[in-house]
Amino acid sequence: MIGVGKIKQYSNILDKPLSKGKQEVSLSAFAFLFSELVQYNQTQVDNIAELERRLEDAGYAVGARVLELLCHRDKGNRRETRLLGILSFVHSTVWKVLFGKVADSLEKGTEHEDEYMISEKELLVNKFISIPKDMGTFNCGAFVAGIVRGVLDGAGFPAVVTAHFVPMEGQQRPRTTILIKFAEEVLRREARLG
Amino acid sequence: MTTTACFIIVSRNDIPIYEAEVGSAAKREDAAQLHQFILHAALDIVQDLAWTTSAMFLKAIDRFNDLVVSVYVTAGHTRFMLLHDSRNDDGIKSFFQEVHELYIKILLNPLYLPGSRITSSHFDTKVRALARKYL
Repeated sequence: MIGVGKIKQYSNILDKPLSKGKQEVSLSAFAFLFSELVQYNQTQVDNIAELERRLEDAGYAVGARVLELLCHRDKGNRRETRLLGILSFVHSTVWKVLFGKVADSLEKGTEHEDEYMISEKELLVNKFISIPKDMGTFNCGAFVAGIVRGVLDGAGFPAVVTAHFVPMEGQQRPRTTILIKFAEEVLRREARLG
Repeated sequence: MTTTACFIIVSRNDIPIYEAEVGSAAKREDAAQLHQFILHAALDIVQDLAWTTSAMFLKAIDRFNDLVVSVYVTAGHTRFMLLHDSRNDDGIKSFFQEVHELYIKILLNPLYLPGSRITSSHFDTKVRALARKYL
């Protein structure tokens, strides 16, 4: 019989073992799916702010799951309890698993104590997207901002996360910055934990 | 040997999303309510303790008569709480780890709203089987 080995059929997802995470998805498939997501939401809303909020909510659901899965798979069941810990978790582990590389930079804001920025020269989700002039400051990176917010919220560090374009001299495409502004209680707890 | 054991999964927002009496003792109506009351009272202790350590398994954190409350906190601050009368720490840790894997598989379902009740009967069957195996 020209056969392949017998593949074990699982009747329920709970019986299947958790995947090791070595699988990769093609960039074109993702770009196509993401463009459909943006286009679908565009037909459902009246303004830019609502569109950004919807993309963020979609990312939030991803972030909540990514946090649990990665802590279990890659960090051997250790939780993050400190601010810098969770930020470096997002900057390295989460970015590596989602986009194949660590984020370009992680900076602390100079004006405010509670602001941090993760910068990326070219955000993967924005790679094939150009924003028309009449959409102003809209950024599809709101999806990634939603993922980061989902991870931070799940871990107990509520924050407001937004995506911004930062024009750079000498480069045609602007750099993307994910701005993270933590809530009051996070800073108070950090101070308390010393 | 009959053991009393009550297992509850509490979400980040302090809402129970799954509960089961998994002991091998005969079930009594008033005992079930008492167990749930003890576990809810222990939630405050868990909240403080969770921020002091980066481990997930926080052994025995509270006691009531001869019943002990053991807690396991996941990365998303979902708490697995077990009320029991045995002293089998290793068995309880393995039980929590296996339930954690099951919980992640439920969570990965994009149609499951995180923080809502877990209604899957298959999940229920598996948790009870794990309880019989490890407790």
